[in-house]
Amino acid sequence: SMLPLMSTPRITTHYTIHPRDKDPRWEGVEMERFADEADVVIVGGGPAGLAAAIRLKQLANKHEKELRVCLVEKAPQIGAHTLSGACLEPSALTELIPDWKERGAPLNTPVTEDVFSILTEKYRIPVPILPGLPMQNHGNYIVRMGNLVRWLGEQAEELGVELYPGYAAAEVLFHEDGSVKGIATNDVGIAKDGSPKDIFERGMELHAKVTLFGEGCHGHLAKQLYNKFNLRENCEPQTYAIGLKELWMIDEKKWRPGRVEHSVGWPLDRNTYGGSFLYHLNEGEPLVALGFVVGLDYTNPYLSPFREFQRWKHHPFVAPTLEGGQRIAYGARALNEGGCQSIPKLTFPGGLLIGCSPGFMNVPKIKGTHTAMKSGMLAAEAIFPKLTAETLDSETAGLHVPEYAENLKNSWVWKELYAVRNIRPSFHNYFGLYGGMIYTGIFYWIFRGKEPWTLKHCGTDANQLKPAKECTPIEYPKPDGKISFDLLSSVALSGTNHEGDQPPHLTLKDDSIPVARNLGIYDGPEQRFCPAGVYEYVPLDTGNGMRLQINAQNCVHCKTCDIKDPSQNINWVVPEGGGGPAYNGM
Amino acid sequence: MSGRVLVGVKRVIDYAVKIRVKPDNTGVVTDGVKHSMNPFCEIAVEEAVKLKEKKLIKEVVAVSCGPQQSQETIRTALAMGADRGIHVDVSGKDYENLGPLQVSKILAALAKQEDAQLILLGKQAIDDDCNQTGQMTAALLDWPQGTFASEVSLEGDKINLVREIDGGLEHIKINTPAVITADLRLNTPRYATLPNIMKAKKKKIVTVKPADLGVDVTSRLEVLKVEEPPQRQAGRV
Repeated sequence: SMLPLMSTPRITTHYTIHPRDKDPRWEGVEMERFADEADVVIVGGGPAGLAAAIRLKQLANKHEKELRVCLVEKAPQIGAHTLSGACLEPSALTELIPDWKERGAPLNTPVTEDVFSILTEKYRIPVPILPGLPMQNHGNYIVRMGNLVRWLGEQAEELGVELYPGYAAAEVLFHEDGSVKGIATNDVGIAKDGSPKDIFERGMELHAKVTLFGEGCHGHLAKQLYNKFNLRENCEPQTYAIGLKELWMIDEKKWRPGRVEHSVGWPLDRNTYGGSFLYHLNEGEPLVALGFVVGLDYTNPYLSPFREFQRWKHHPFVAPTLEGGQRIAYGARALNEGGCQSIPKLTFPGGLLIGCSPGFMNVPKIKGTHTAMKSGMLAAEAIFPKLTAETLDSETAGLHVPEYAENLKNSWVWKELYAVRNIRPSFHNYFGLYGGMIYTGIFYWIFRGKEPWTLKHCGTDANQLKPAKECTPIEYPKPDGKISFDLLSSVALSGTNHEGDQPPHLTLKDDSIPVARNLGIYDGPEQRFCPAGVYEYVPLDTGNGMRLQINAQNCVHCKTCDIKDPSQNINWVVPEGGGGPAYNGM
Repeated sequence: MSGRVLVGVKRVIDYAVKIRVKPDNTGVVTDGVKHSMNPFCEIAVEEAVKLKEKKLIKEVVAVSCGPQQSQETIRTALAMGADRGIHVDVSGKDYENLGPLQVSKILAALAKQEDAQLILLGKQAIDDDCNQTGQMTAALLDWPQGTFASEVSLEGDKINLVREIDGGLEHIKINTPAVITADLRLNTPRYATLPNIMKAKKKKIVTVKPADLGVDVTSRLEVLKVEEPPQRQAGRV
């Protein structure tokens, strides 16, 4: 039969794919950028970036030195792009700000009850949390991470850190010797078709002696830095999960402040890593934070993490808590699961990687904030003496600070991650979840990670998907509108929005690959793994064939698509600053 | 005409955020919620800055009434090109009850204090949709008003204005001093870029209290209850 002539409608218009120096529409447009100098520039206003900023200023004040620290953050306000469970281990916070309680840090809910279950479709098998197992939460606090991050921002501002929310770091700048010179923020006023609007303005350059990159899990600038400086040549690829979360105002009678619930098992099969969390906050109202995590090494392209989350809520152990309640927030974010096997080289001339970007999450504890903060603090402590030394001790124009990586290796961060390094990979066995739990129960509980071997991961998450024809579609139940919901009403609750008239920031290296490969071989898994409905395959106007429609405005900046695209064709870049979700205490 | 322009800017909940009613039905949840400058106020600021760039006016003064955070909104106006800011400090219960009548009294007092030739406001705020402040301010000052402006041009000491009205477009000519309220099509506001935000930190914002201006912000209105709109019922054909 004759194949119809397929012409791919143009999807990608972003200048990172279609350079402007060759684009006639940009001829004569002033591209000069205003530049300013700081001592340190920090990309990302999350726990790691803010901890680094605070520590730098504490050191500067202690030693009576002047230090200009500038922090750029793409969210419209500090905390608006923060999403986490979360059960916080306060160790790093106490090291950073010992009097955090007197200063009003929002750690209001000590954990009082800790429950772990294996769920089956109808039942629940309780699993005792023996002391010494990583998932034990004694001494920890349930927090609304966005509020903690906002508080950290206030502490940073008080110390004189210059915070610039609403401005995204879009480009890394380099000295002639190849070392990092700083960053440039995003341009504004580019139309959806990639042409300049009347209000076009270039971003600004922030130059620094050293730049800290704390973009969170799977940062887009970090991706470039890995390539430029070969930072991943001696480590395993990073592996990830997607975490989806909701906040619910529940019936007061069901409220048990301080209660922490985790589960594994249903609705996931034993070979798909993931589980749930449900935390009862204690901040004066019956609020619970709940959510679902799915390892992105799943193999079935028909799997939808969002719909697994929605159907989990109907389990007889979970639904009663939510009945009569009201959902008030929704969001999603990728998280890293690779542990110490996947940590890249952390320093390069002119820059350092901190926080979830290189990835310090303790997977069985499901905690990464304490290690992220500590990494930021260690970075600050390593940089400070070099910045303020009498003579600038550096071969390159941008400061190289390898001491940071050495200090991190000697700190409790590395010790902790090393001890749990085999738990997540132990999941890759015939018995899947049960094998992993047995490994944890035996080897971790007895040997605490001292076993002399280090298990490997399976390769990149993107390579794990099997072709659609080898897999069975999953029958998901329809949302009932009371406990479970449809995708679009969920996305509305994230408060996400972007200036509509700008090039889609979900860029494709090749516009023809989605239909040819992703749809052709994998039945368009991006329609299912995106928690915000960005990707849709819709029929062509001509009627023969499909095209990919990218609803960029819905994006919640979770980074899952960049991670899980089996063709690795999607490159997430930063949209105009100030866009994205408007999370409030998530 | 050269002189001073007062631009009112209001800090409102961002238009993309899903509003939630407080459990006690006294209002909506604002704590921690993303706020931004009212879109029509952005248009008013842009128009004022354009007039200054054309050298038709000398100084743009941004004014906002509200709590401490209103200073962020003034800072954005300064980054767009306003010269200095006045923060009228109203917080707590007074802020919850602050409405067009009190704000227009404040603006009228400031207009006299600052010897303003022009007051530029957004036509309405997207939180209360009142569409009253501009009109009330003009009445209190006994100044002409050009509301729903989609085109503004200065001609000597008069203003030519095109207004968007139900029937189409109305062309009027008004004397100065005057109050103008901006409609959607008046202009496309520029971005507040980072270098301008940094420069704006050096521009002055003065804080005053309503009492300093001789204004009593006690509300004549009492909000009895705030509730969600009723659930939409399915249609029947």
